[in-house]
Amino acid sequence: MFVLVVGGGKVGYYLTKELSESGHEVVLMEKDRGRADQIADEIGSIVVAKDGCEGSALAEAGANRADVVAAVTGDDEDNLVICQMAKHHFAVPKTIARVNNPKNEPLFKHLGVDELISPTRMILGSIEQDIPVHELLHLAPLSGDFELIEAHLADGSPAVGRNAREIELPEGCAIVAIVREDIAQAVRPDTVLRAGDRVIATGRPECEPALHETLIGAAVTS
Amino acid sequence: MRAVIVGCGRVGAAMARTLEAGGHDVTIVDLVTRAFDRLPAAFRGNAVRGDGTDEDTLRRAGAERADLFLALTEGDNRNIMAAQMALEALGIERVYAKVNDPLRAAAYAELGIGTICRTTMIADAILGALGEPISGAPSIREATSHHHAAAAPAIGEA
Repeated sequence: MFVLVVGGGKVGYYLTKELSESGHEVVLMEKDRGRADQIADEIGSIVVAKDGCEGSALAEAGANRADVVAAVTGDDEDNLVICQMAKHHFAVPKTIARVNNPKNEPLFKHLGVDELISPTRMILGSIEQDIPVHELLHLAPLSGDFELIEAHLADGSPAVGRNAREIELPEGCAIVAIVREDIAQAVRPDTVLRAGDRVIATGRPECEPALHETLIGAAVTS
Repeated sequence: MRAVIVGCGRVGAAMARTLEAGGHDVTIVDLVTRAFDRLPAAFRGNAVRGDGTDEDTLRRAGAERADLFLALTEGDNRNIMAAQMALEALGIERVYAKVNDPLRAAAYAELGIGTICRTTMIADAILGALGEPISGAPSIREATSHHHAAAAPAIGEA
């Protein structure tokens, strides 16, 4: 696979290294010549010292035959433009953008970026896991816009005492497993949910309010 | 008309001043408070400090459903992103981004935002003054198409 990485910061550097070690063809674009030379000294002549936002530079780096373009600079606006140029001018099948402001995710998705990676959201997710409030926790983003979500069932949850068959989940949502007394188990139609269960579900973000209502109770206004 | 301008540099400030003097309701956004020193003391519009590519900031500035949006910062990509945000998320139909790279200026007009290319504008003006042949490329382009050929629902309406 031919991957074009744009942005030679820490993320771009390690990404390029890992990809090339695992046998992929990689080109890294870094507009700062000093930084580009420094990386080239280390990992060889797969660095193009040009701005990946420029159409002509993308062409020179081989964007027209790239299978993937990964825009991982520290600036959301640059990552957006790189992906849009790759998609619309070079018909790159898969574009990936690093997004620092999680609020930019819907816009970037809407504008055609295929995959979004948000370090901010990942860290937020991992902090939320440590907070003992009974809210939906985001465990991980899955491809196709799906998320892995955890709900911790408290005594007042409308799902407690009901079996899985009786629970009406929002459309497009599924319970994947439950964790009970630190043991993960599959959910059968007759599994009765109990307070203290951690329910692992998957669905799209728009299912969340309904999922919250079903598993935790009416949304609490914070 | 209600106009929102992102970037209070020389051009942004001049636009704000002129539009406001013409009786329009103007909001101008810049990251740096000192940039607003470029506005005349008599400016009665709204000056908001904040990041013009941040949706929250733009909403706080009251940009939603404005009649005109001009992204005039020094960063092509910042302008492009702000203009697309205005178009797609804030329901503003007339948006322009200053894009000094002529290639990107042409590309983004096809993706749905109006673009203003200072490079083409000044180069042609100088060449014309010198009596030399000009490029003739448009320096202001209207949006010719949309990033989704088939109309996509606006964000939030999906």
